[in-house]
Amino acid sequence: MATIQPVTTTRMAELKDVFKPGKSLGQEAWGRLIRNKASVVGMFIIGIFILMAAFASVISPKDPLALGPGKRFLPPPFDAGQTKIKSDPQYLLGTDSLGRDVLSRVIYGARVSMVVGFLPTAIILLMGTVIGMIAGYVGGNVDNFLMRLTDVIYAFPDLLFFIIMMVALRDTFIGQFMNGMVLLFAAFAIVNWVGVARLVRGQVLSLKQKEFVEAARCIGVKDARIMFRHILPNSLGPLIVSAAFTIPGLIITEAILGYIGVGLRPATDSSDFFVTSWGSLMLEGQSAINAQPYMLLAPAICVALVVLAFTFLGDGLRDALDPRMRGTQ
Amino acid sequence: MTTYLIRRLFWLIPVLFTVSAVTFFIMRSAPGGPWDTDADRRQVDAATEKSLAAFYGLDKPMWRQFIGYVIGDTNSQTHKYVCGLICGNMGPSYRQRGRSVQDILFSAPEGKTRWQSRFGYSVRLGVMALLMAIFIGIPLGILAALKQNTIVDYSALFLATSGISVPSFVLAIFLIIIFGSKLHWIDIIVDDWSQIKYWFMPMAVLGFGTMAFTARLTRSAMLEVMRQDYVRTARAKGLAERAVIFVHMLKNALIPVITILGPALAGLVTGSFIIETMFSFPGMGRAYVQAISQRDYSLIMGTTVIYALLVAVANLSVDIIYVFIDPRIRLEE
Repeated sequence: MATIQPVTTTRMAELKDVFKPGKSLGQEAWGRLIRNKASVVGMFIIGIFILMAAFASVISPKDPLALGPGKRFLPPPFDAGQTKIKSDPQYLLGTDSLGRDVLSRVIYGARVSMVVGFLPTAIILLMGTVIGMIAGYVGGNVDNFLMRLTDVIYAFPDLLFFIIMMVALRDTFIGQFMNGMVLLFAAFAIVNWVGVARLVRGQVLSLKQKEFVEAARCIGVKDARIMFRHILPNSLGPLIVSAAFTIPGLIITEAILGYIGVGLRPATDSSDFFVTSWGSLMLEGQSAINAQPYMLLAPAICVALVVLAFTFLGDGLRDALDPRMRGTQ
Repeated sequence: MTTYLIRRLFWLIPVLFTVSAVTFFIMRSAPGGPWDTDADRRQVDAATEKSLAAFYGLDKPMWRQFIGYVIGDTNSQTHKYVCGLICGNMGPSYRQRGRSVQDILFSAPEGKTRWQSRFGYSVRLGVMALLMAIFIGIPLGILAALKQNTIVDYSALFLATSGISVPSFVLAIFLIIIFGSKLHWIDIIVDDWSQIKYWFMPMAVLGFGTMAFTARLTRSAMLEVMRQDYVRTARAKGLAERAVIFVHMLKNALIPVITILGPALAGLVTGSFIIETMFSFPGMGRAYVQAISQRDYSLIMGTTVIYALLVAVANLSVDIIYVFIDPRIRLEE
């Protein structure tokens, strides 16, 4: 007996290996994603910026709104050679025109960018998915109306629409609510749900014809259940990829709006959650390009890093979720 | 073909109508009139404001103002009909006294040609950027595809990926700081834009993203075409490599590239306002940004409509070109 025992255990282990439960599609995609070095780097960078945004009040060395009289345009300690002004080691990236710490302001700026990237994207996905699924599933006039509407919204240059919204409604109640954050979200959502709706509609139209949907319908599954249990999970892949590319687009747009001076309103109270944004920082830095280039350079580098990170992640997600697309773009 | 063209042209009308309507009503819903929004400015007294509002027709109901803006209205003093947007009349500027919007955008200074107008400047910059994108992007893509999985390919891909994702104004900031304020190779503030050497920088920044996109698209299209049977046939019958690449591969690979040129041009024209502002380039985009900061509502509206028209025409022209270059596409729709 004693000699048989180890054989059976190894046997069992072998059999376990053969009959172990198969990986789900999500697990497989995740496996492919983390094997992609670029997207892991992307996720890492995004993670850092999210932490920076969440703990801005803890990690920023100074109060981002505290004025430093007599400390205008201090150069950063590592690049102090060129100007005659002596740098202060307390201010790692120097100070701005009012003597405020550039590094702390950039850290707080991450807050706006992260929120502007993620929150409207969630709203857009929700709106677009619901409307796109209804249009694709119901078809007919609902679908026609949606498609004509999207044609018109596509024709409107979106950046111009955001600018007009922000310019016109800035001084209204909604424009002042949460430093204009709500208005910005609304503008983003109005334009961007269209693309998601089109994407979902296309998915629904093609999935509707598949055998598994037909089978579900044959055994009497209700419409709502077919939509949410059978069609939605199968169209998640393209949705996730589109979200990964929507987020950096919104971050760039917010930076552009801030840069031309129609972004979020500057906070005056240091208890405000959203103190400043990278776009507004660049606007401030633009006029001081010779005196303190880091006011411009630091937020610009942050925008570039975040956007690159999301691009890497988006590319990785596309390859992971749809291996057939690999290398075609 | 003709019916298709006509239908596409007619489609421009609802699009432009919607754009102008949305723009008009959003702009007019801004609180206050154009004279009292800015607290820093000298406030106008009530009587003056009333006569100003009457002069600009702002005392009429909103729908009437909109019809007046698009189709035209009778002048409040002379009682003569003045044509509106459909004749290219975009109304008087609210901030630049005595000038109309079309005058600001399309008229050149005294003694200069049309090319010296704000619109002319922007168009020239946009076309230059597009040409740069085409003449660098396409060869780069071809080269990357022909040398697939070599260092050439990887560097081209890296350049293309970063060019696509890093927004142009961030690139502009890097270049201005490096070449302008650190190395002093270029002038940050340029007064005389008639010298072509100053155009190089804004053109490069503006065109870089499109160039990167063109390169990436050309590369993937070439890679797809390279595996086609007709390319193998061309090689098998002993054609010179050059003939295979330029006649058999490129001709087919460029079709998808051409389709993006329309949106690309539209993107270059509408995206240019931020670049124009950064380089203080005297184009339409800078006028737009200035109008935004001064809350010059009629100028903002006029520029938006022109931008939308440009985008629509660019998309339309590509759809038309597409039909001519790709015989596989038929127009039953």
